[in-house]
Amino acid sequence: MDFLVFQYPMITVQACLDGILLGVLFALIAYGMALQWGVMNIINIAQGDLVILGGYIAYFMYLYGIHPAWGVIVAPVIMYFVGIAIYKLVINKVVDRDLFISILATFGISILFMQLMNFAFGADVVLANSGYGTTMLFDSNVVLPNSKIFSAFISILFAVCLVIYMKKSKLGRAIRATAQNARAAKILGVDTEKVYAATFGINAALCGVAGALISITFTIHPYMGLPYTIRSFMIVIVAGLGNLPGVAMSGMGLGVFEEFADYILGTEFRIGSVFLLLVLILVYRRFKLSRKREYLK
Amino acid sequence: MRLNKIILSFVSALVILFSTSVASFAKVVGDKIILGAAISLTGKYSSNGVHTQNGYNMAVDRINSMGGVKVGGKTYKFDIIYYDDESNPKRAAQLAERLISQDGVEFMLGPYSSGLTKAIAPVTEKYGVPMVEANGASRSLFTKGYKYLFAVLAPANLYLDVAIETAVELNGGKPVRIAQAFEQDAFSQDVRLGILDAAERTGSKIIIDDKLPKELNDMAATLVKVKQMRPDVLVVSGHTKGALTAIRQIAEMKVDVPMLAMTHCDAAKLSKQHGKNSQYALCASQWHKSLTYKDDFFKDGMTYAADFEKEFGYDPPYQSAESSAALLVFKDAFERANSFDQKKVRDALAATNMQTFYGNIKFAPGGQNVDKPMVLFQVMCDASGSCENKVVAPLKWASAKLIHPIPKWSER
Repeated sequence: MDFLVFQYPMITVQACLDGILLGVLFALIAYGMALQWGVMNIINIAQGDLVILGGYIAYFMYLYGIHPAWGVIVAPVIMYFVGIAIYKLVINKVVDRDLFISILATFGISILFMQLMNFAFGADVVLANSGYGTTMLFDSNVVLPNSKIFSAFISILFAVCLVIYMKKSKLGRAIRATAQNARAAKILGVDTEKVYAATFGINAALCGVAGALISITFTIHPYMGLPYTIRSFMIVIVAGLGNLPGVAMSGMGLGVFEEFADYILGTEFRIGSVFLLLVLILVYRRFKLSRKREYLK
Repeated sequence: MRLNKIILSFVSALVILFSTSVASFAKVVGDKIILGAAISLTGKYSSNGVHTQNGYNMAVDRINSMGGVKVGGKTYKFDIIYYDDESNPKRAAQLAERLISQDGVEFMLGPYSSGLTKAIAPVTEKYGVPMVEANGASRSLFTKGYKYLFAVLAPANLYLDVAIETAVELNGGKPVRIAQAFEQDAFSQDVRLGILDAAERTGSKIIIDDKLPKELNDMAATLVKVKQMRPDVLVVSGHTKGALTAIRQIAEMKVDVPMLAMTHCDAAKLSKQHGKNSQYALCASQWHKSLTYKDDFFKDGMTYAADFEKEFGYDPPYQSAESSAALLVFKDAFERANSFDQKKVRDALAATNMQTFYGNIKFAPGGQNVDKPMVLFQVMCDASGSCENKVVAPLKWASAKLIHPIPKWSER
């Protein structure tokens, strides 16, 4: 236990700002997960690995002398097609089965991706330098790397664009219709197969953007995907499906929670505290649901 | 159909029989001494696993081409059976078992990393197979009373204590305030123990003692604390990702600290890929090519580095150098034992006292090398922005003077 946070008030400000910037990025990944969970009823365990793959795309651009920030445009395009390919090869075979089968299938994809990335890119931890510099606030007591600000800004931009797209475009409407009732949508002429593929592709593209941002702000490694899956899973179950403001809020909440856990409990409990929170929320939700059930009886 | 099946099973039975009978000949066959090694060619240690394998292969080729090993008036050549342990301790232990009981290997080389060496050591010990390892530095390997384990490298607790001593010395002999952040794996925790010892010896105080998680990619919290509490030394050890994360975030957050000491800087390619961001970082290393140790096979560090680069296309990290040294130790021990009896070879290994291009080698009863100090290098950049690692401590091998304290970010 460490109560430095309370001795130095500036640390509190720092932790909140860091947490919010980080949370926005988490929310972007979680939004992709919520989307395809809602539409296809699939919990994608490979979500984090898609993120890392997107990160590698930005990293390789950086290696070849292209500024990694362009990765936020290139990575989603490539990842969209990766997503479609995964859908065609695996997901379309499990999309109507029960949740357990889809979890197993995506778990398999996750392991495969980890090993393939390790095989192709090596086991080294890598990062892409953006050279964006730093913003100092409050007499340089609070420091915000510009790369973090950049990544939060891009995340918000993509989320907003996607919301508009979902509302206005034909495909967006079809996706929403399928999410509400796949059978009815089918009867009314929506090609649900196409909608599923597009949804999975869009989710992968969002992961690509997030991955590119992570390679600019943090580090990437073939085996680092799982924490991102867990975080987005958690954000989604807190916010509920199809609740975009909820996803954004719970994303930021998780970011701030993580930062404070880091300061108070120590960095070693950072990821652990996320897992603990997940368990608590699941238990709480179950408790709440069981009360509702009794009421129905 | 049925006949086909019978033929098939007959043939496969023959194949199995043949392969096992060939395998059981392996150990010292004809003019070959066959060593066994489980190495991480895939999985999370694969890059360092490959460095290890390249080091082994380089030394095998060199020793074989320069006359081989002379035992009992006959000349033998080295050969190595490799298996991929997938960076998995359980798999490594199984493979050690297989190398010894199926392939009949009587002498082993170590795997990469302390964790895997820990998994293999009980197996080699059980069968009385001498193992010379070059990549397991954890102190706990050397306190278990293993009789057949020999490590050519310095134990992990000695990695960074030189840095603390240097800081105290530069502080006019007065104690310093230390901030430290370590990953929670066997190796990093041993480095931490070394720092604790050094702090106690010098009366220094540890004001921040953070533990880093395995999935580390953000240590901003630790660095904010460092900014507020202004320690004299910041020590970070968390393998490559620890080094990379620290360097990136220290530069981004403009954290000013008079001394920054780390491990795994060369594995993280700090000076090459992260240039000015990593400037002034002090790094612990088992070996540096500019050291002036000598031997008959590789001459010295510079020649080794040049030869290695020619063969594998990159500058050798210390993981490769120490792996090559393991073969030199084996050769020396075989020749002194003048026998392939495992016990005699083991005794000869225990009595090793030699110099290689990698450093002096002399084993303590626990099996660790006590005759080779760690070196510290500092990342130094010239005006054009190209950076290089220069040895700054111990003074005997220093090729540059330590820059201390590190200039503030606002003055760079």
